[in-house]
Order: sequence, then structure tokens, then C-alpha cells
Amino acid sequence: MRQLKSLLMALTLVLFTSTSFAATLDDVKARGMLKCGSNTGLAGFGLPNDAGVWEGIDVDVCRAVAAAVFGDATKVEFVPTTSKVRFTVLQSGEIDMLSRNTTWTLQRDVELGLEFVGVNYYDGQGFMVPASLGVSSASELDGASVCIQVGTTTEMNLADYFSANGMSYEAVPVETNSEADAAYTAGRCDVYTTDASGLYASRAGYPDPSAHVVLPEIVSKEPLGPSVRHGDGAWADIVRWSLNAMIIAEEKGITSSNVDEMKNSKDPEVLRLLGVAQVGDTGAGYGQWLGLSDDWAYQIIKQVGNYSESFEKHIGPNTPINIQRGLNALYKDGGILYAPPFR
Amino acid sequence: MSSIVYSNKFLIWSKKNLFSSWINTLLTVLSIYFIYEVSVFFLDWAVFKADFLTNFRGERIIDRTFCSKNIEPGSYGACWAIIHVRFYQFMYGFYPAAEVWRVNLVFFLLPFALVAIFFDKVPFRKYLLYFTLAFPFIAFYLLYGGPSLTTVGTNKWGGLLVTLFLGVTGIALAFPLSIALALGRRSNMPIISLLCVIFIEFIRGVPLITLLFTANVMLPLFLPDGVSPDNLLRALVAVTLFQSAYMAEAIRGGLQAIPRGQIEAARSMGLTYWQSTRKIVLPQALRISIPPIVNTSIGLFKDTSLVLIIGLFDLLGIGRAALADMTWTKLYYEVYVFVAIVFFIFCFAMSRYSLYLEKKLKTDNSS
Repeated sequence: MRQLKSLLMALTLVLFTSTSFAATLDDVKARGMLKCGSNTGLAGFGLPNDAGVWEGIDVDVCRAVAAAVFGDATKVEFVPTTSKVRFTVLQSGEIDMLSRNTTWTLQRDVELGLEFVGVNYYDGQGFMVPASLGVSSASELDGASVCIQVGTTTEMNLADYFSANGMSYEAVPVETNSEADAAYTAGRCDVYTTDASGLYASRAGYPDPSAHVVLPEIVSKEPLGPSVRHGDGAWADIVRWSLNAMIIAEEKGITSSNVDEMKNSKDPEVLRLLGVAQVGDTGAGYGQWLGLSDDWAYQIIKQVGNYSESFEKHIGPNTPINIQRGLNALYKDGGILYAPPFR
Repeated sequence: MSSIVYSNKFLIWSKKNLFSSWINTLLTVLSIYFIYEVSVFFLDWAVFKADFLTNFRGERIIDRTFCSKNIEPGSYGACWAIIHVRFYQFMYGFYPAAEVWRVNLVFFLLPFALVAIFFDKVPFRKYLLYFTLAFPFIAFYLLYGGPSLTTVGTNKWGGLLVTLFLGVTGIALAFPLSIALALGRRSNMPIISLLCVIFIEFIRGVPLITLLFTANVMLPLFLPDGVSPDNLLRALVAVTLFQSAYMAEAIRGGLQAIPRGQIEAARSMGLTYWQSTRKIVLPQALRISIPPIVNTSIGLFKDTSLVLIIGLFDLLGIGRAALADMTWTKLYYEVYVFVAIVFFIFCFAMSRYSLYLEKKLKTDNSS
């Protein structure tokens, strides 16, 4: 009887481990394709363009991981997810990683069984109102109707902010960001609230942007970043360091166009990053620790670019979205973007 | 000569129907004025003052800033370039361009597969019916791939392709299922009838969106790791179950209209249950059920746009993605009007067909 019991326990353990600790990297390699959860459409972050190619800074993180794993940034299959289904899609194993403007919170990181691997955009929630309303501060918004995207941290922050300030509001619930925008433009609500990046993006699209004011209050911290499932630390490392490689590349001035010349750099960290230097005298580069080829970071920079290139291409001041680097500048440029050393 | 008679007839008809009293005359004039104003406004916006490929300066429109209405606000109408630029996505989603002939072939073959079911006076109907039976397999092979055709995963499907796939397949699969459910619900065998009642009432008791969520979100959690049925397939299952429950109730209405005496007469002639059902009950019941069946089918066809919520890009989903793009943002009217027109074409065709069928089968007992 006891034997049977222990046998059963062992069996359960084997089954359990094989399901929850299955190596994602092996699955991805066997499939020959990275499955990445993306937004259903958010300009600058993740969106199919006119040619049907996905674009945005979130999408670039997926591409970076594909470049690191396969040496080919195009080997990504994008799975569009709405804000409601995104976590279940990741938990059920339908996607390998989620890169979809998702705020890193305690609950999501711990209780939902996700693992956030870093931050690729520091955002904060703001309010936009028509200039004609004559409001200059969020503290004057008592009793306003607010267009709010359901199932987001934005919704909770809104409730927190209003109750903390003893104000009331009337929620106008909508499903997607573009719907919220449309509802606000149609005058169905007085206030449009979402992450400040989204507000600026929407305002840039209005016929008369000056008719709308983004109020100065930023009511929340919204660190947006890619996440993976709990339980596969090796895979989390790969995604984390793919993002870090993009940030370090910017710090070291390595771009997609000069990456080949940089292989002759005198900077040891650059040489480590690009897979030129070896670990001690093992004869192998730094890819071995991640289970990747030594040129993994080189491929990311070559095919996707560094963080700054991605930012400028999709959401920077030269794009219609027109977002300044702000918090998202490198730590040495006055921002808080800071990647651990590559060694 | 005949035209005079004709115009006379028209005069008599209009006097009788439109101008019979001063209040009718007033209403007629007001309605004509209203229709005129609305159509002039719409046509102005959609056609005469609209941009198609170029703006009023003759420049090719590559993003929304080139739209005439964005250059000179107030004096120009629609900017259809967004539809043109994204037309491929509206039709096929992200289907690889090199393989798109396969989708076109399916679109082309679809009418041939349907014509034999819809009309009984077509040449070679017998052979066409064989083709109809084989069509689902041919279509799936062409769309998805298989031996000697590259596989195109359903995550690459989108636009009208997904809308039609869910609509047509959902309705087609639900039809036999709903007949079985309707017969089962009226069965004398208590367990079968109970199961059918539970199934129908459960499915009808929850909104389609709940079923879609269940299929999309809950199903993979119950299944072991790595076994994740295709997203589109899961949606199709939800849509089919939903439609079969509604259609079953429509058919049950038809079944109830058949007088009991007919069934008893059939029994006394020595016909078995299946014989009498197939030869006497069903042909009449289905005929009576045509209007409600078409009604639920039209409803379902439009409801397929709910799959956007679970991250599938149907026709409407592609439209919303286009609107989210900064290149085209704020062209709401153009996108939604286009999507509405496409949906209208299909739904209107369905309702016209049902009218034709009713006329042909003379189900209306009052005339």
C-alpha cells in the first residue's frame, strides 16, 4: 500500500514537473517559430501596417527574442490578444511570451503566475479634456463622465484617484483604446483617461490638437514590459536579456548600421555583447549561458536595432505619435532606463 | 401606347396609395423630401465629394494627411483610400500574398457549391451536389494546406475570409445538428429529450460572447499543456453550438405545425418513424421554418464580428486595426460604412433568397 502510494506520488511529481517546467526554449526551437502575444492594435506599440506587417516597440521585443533564438527576427507568429484574454492565453501555453503594453504589478507578477522580465516603456496614467471645458487640473474633475477601457489597471487607478480625492465620476466603459478615443471624440464623455503615451497619440490624430488639454497630473506608475510564464527561469532569462541587449546597445552606441564595425571596438563589454569575446578560456562566448549561439545579441542589434532606434522609429518625436524620451531615456541621459552590466 | 397605359396605372396607383387624403399627401411630400435630402447628403459624401485614390490636388493618398477633407476641412467628403490601401487585409487578413490564389479559388468555387442546394433547376444538378458534398474538404485543403500545398495557419486568416468561414461553416454545420436537436427534443425517449432540452436551453441562456470566452479562455486551461486547439476552430465550435440551439428551436416550431393526424396516418400506412420523419414531417416542417432559420442565420452572420473580443481579426477587426494606425486614424465613417456595406450585401442576399424560397414553396397559407 505504502509502495503504491509513493509510486503514485512519484508519478504525479513526474507529470507535474513535465508540464510546468517544460523548457519553452526547446518548444520554440522545435516549432521553428516564436509565438508572441501582441496587442490587437495600438499605434507605435503593436499594430499591423498597411502591408500587414506588425510594427511597434512591443513587437520589436518579440522580434529581438526571435533574432536571439533563431538568428532570424522574422520567425515570429503574432497572436493578437485583447486586454481581457492576454493572461489566460499566456498561462495556457498558447503563446511563449506576452509583449503587449502590459503594466507590471504585484498581482500579475505573483498571483497570476506571470513573470515580468523588464520594462520597455515607463508610462503613467493621465487625463485629457476638451480645452473648452476650462479645466486645468485633475482635481477639478468631480462628477465628470470618464471613458475607460475595462479590465485594465487604468480602470483601477481611476477609481483609486477619485476616491482618494473624495470625488465621484461616471464611468463610460469601452472595450478597446480606439473605441475610447472614438467615444471621447463623439462627446460621450468629458474625460478620456489612459496612459499618457496613448493620450498624446490620440491627440496627435485630432483635426485640431490644440482644442484638447492633457492635464498635468500623472496619477500612476505604469511600467510596461514583456512577460513570460512562471516556472521557466531559463526562458525568462532569454527574454530579459534580449531586451537588456537592446538597451545596452544604445548605451554603447551600437546601432543596426554600425554593428559590424563595432566588432572591432576596444570596449570589452561591446566585444562580450557582440559575441567576439570568450568566457575565460572556455573557447565559447556568452551565448552558452543562455543556451543560445554566441552572436545572439549581434543578431538582435543587426536585425531589430537598439532601444533608441526602435523608439525613434515607432513612437519618437519624428513619428505622428511624437513622444519625447522623458523617463525612457537612458539613466545617463536623465531617464531611468538602466540595464545590468553584460558580463 | 403602352407607356401611356403604364403611366396611367402609375397615376392611379399613386393617387390611391400616396395622395388619398391631405394628411397622406403631406406625409408623402415630407418623406420624399427627407429621402432626397439624406441621399443627396450621403451621395455627396460617399461619391461626389469623396477622394478615391487621389486628393483634390491630384496627389496619390498615402496617409490620412493627404485626404482632401483633412487639407480643407468642411468642403470634402469620404477618403476611401484607406479601404483601397488595406483592401487586401479586409479580404484576406494576413494571408501570404503568394498563396492568395487559394483563397480566391475558394471564393470562386463557393457559389458553385451553394447553387445546387439553393436552386433546383440548375443544369447538372446531380453532379453539382456531389461537388457540394466535397466542397468543405476541398475548401479546407485549399485554405489550410496539406500535401503539396504550404500550410497557412489560421492565425494568418483574417478579414472577409474569417467572417465567411465562421458564418458559412457555422450555419452549414449547425443545420444537421439543429435538426437532430429539434427531433430529439420532441422525442418520446425521456433521456434523449431531456439532454436536448438541457443543451438547447443552456446554450440559449448565455450570450454568444460568453460562449466565445469559454471556448477561448477556459478550454485551454482544462486541456493538458501543449494541446491547444486552434483559436479559430474554438471560435467555430462556439458559433456552431450557438447557432444549432437557435436553429433547433426554429425547426421545432415547424415540427409543431404539422398536424398530428399526418403522422398517425403515416404510421397506419406502415411507415417507420424515420420514414415518416424524412418523407412527410421534415419536408413540411423545414419549409415552414425557412423564415426563422434565415432570421437566425442573418443574426449569426453579423454576430461573428464578436470574435474580435478573443483576438481574431474578422472584417470588423481589420477595420478597427486600420483605425488604430496613426497613418489612417480618425477615418471612422469610411471604415464602418465599408464594413456595413459588405455585411449588408451578404445579409440582404440571404433575406432575398429566403423570400424567393418562400414564394417558390408557397409556405404562406393565407394566400
